[in-house]
Amino acid sequence: MSIAFYLIAALTVAGGLAAVLLKNTVHCALALTVAFAGLALFFLQLDAQFAGFAQILVYIGAVAILVVFAILLTRGSETPKDGVFSRNWLAGLVIAAGVFAVLGWAVLQSVSVLPHETAAPTVTVLQIGNALMRRYVLPLEIVALLLTAALIGAVIVAMHEKEGAR
Amino acid sequence: MTPLASYLIVAALLFSIGLAGALTRRNAILVLIGIELMLNAANLNLIAFWRYGPHPEALTGMMFAIFSIAVAAAEAAVGLGLVISIHRHAHTTDLDAMNRMKG
Repeated sequence: MSIAFYLIAALTVAGGLAAVLLKNTVHCALALTVAFAGLALFFLQLDAQFAGFAQILVYIGAVAILVVFAILLTRGSETPKDGVFSRNWLAGLVIAAGVFAVLGWAVLQSVSVLPHETAAPTVTVLQIGNALMRRYVLPLEIVALLLTAALIGAVIVAMHEKEGAR
Repeated sequence: MTPLASYLIVAALLFSIGLAGALTRRNAILVLIGIELMLNAANLNLIAFWRYGPHPEALTGMMFAIFSIAVAAAEAAVGLGLVISIHRHAHTTDLDAMNRMKG
């Protein structure tokens, strides 16, 4: 593996760790942005330029901003007095470690049958557009419907309810 | 170790970090951040399998990842809307304090 892989992996894992470990919620959101950027770099390194830039646009551009807005609207940046971790944090940690052990064991067991280095696929945006408009046009329309429903749903759920209107 | 295996290990590590965050944090927004990390780790798996799989020109894994990104964006919008609504109602985002379905 190249040195770039290890650098990006260290950046992404450090960002993810900081996002779940830091005390201040705003710092967590910023660390999450670093993790998203690392993942976008991974996508670019895997010759998936379109997915990489979609990741930057959607996650760093939209989801991270949305998270920061939610934190500021709920005053979540104030660190609670009784700690940031739940009462049963040890059980959660054990479950996560167990999941990582199983996943890592499965990957290491199957190393011999995984495909080796192949030539970089040349995929143009033209091909992706053709695939989206021809073979995957029905999922594309369903995603459009889902995004519309989610937009309306999020606005209705977060809309200020009038006094005595319930 | 093949390159694909290294990507899978990194994705597994990221997934576990997200799972640990979702299971151990008190703040509902931090739980959503953990879920986003888990979804992103799955996307990394999809792209890595697409890149090193037998037929990358079929674009299957790439399309799956793009649709997954779109669905995750919808999930984040609705989830954060719910958190804001609950905060307006109960004046807290502490999940340990939310123990009633009834408002």
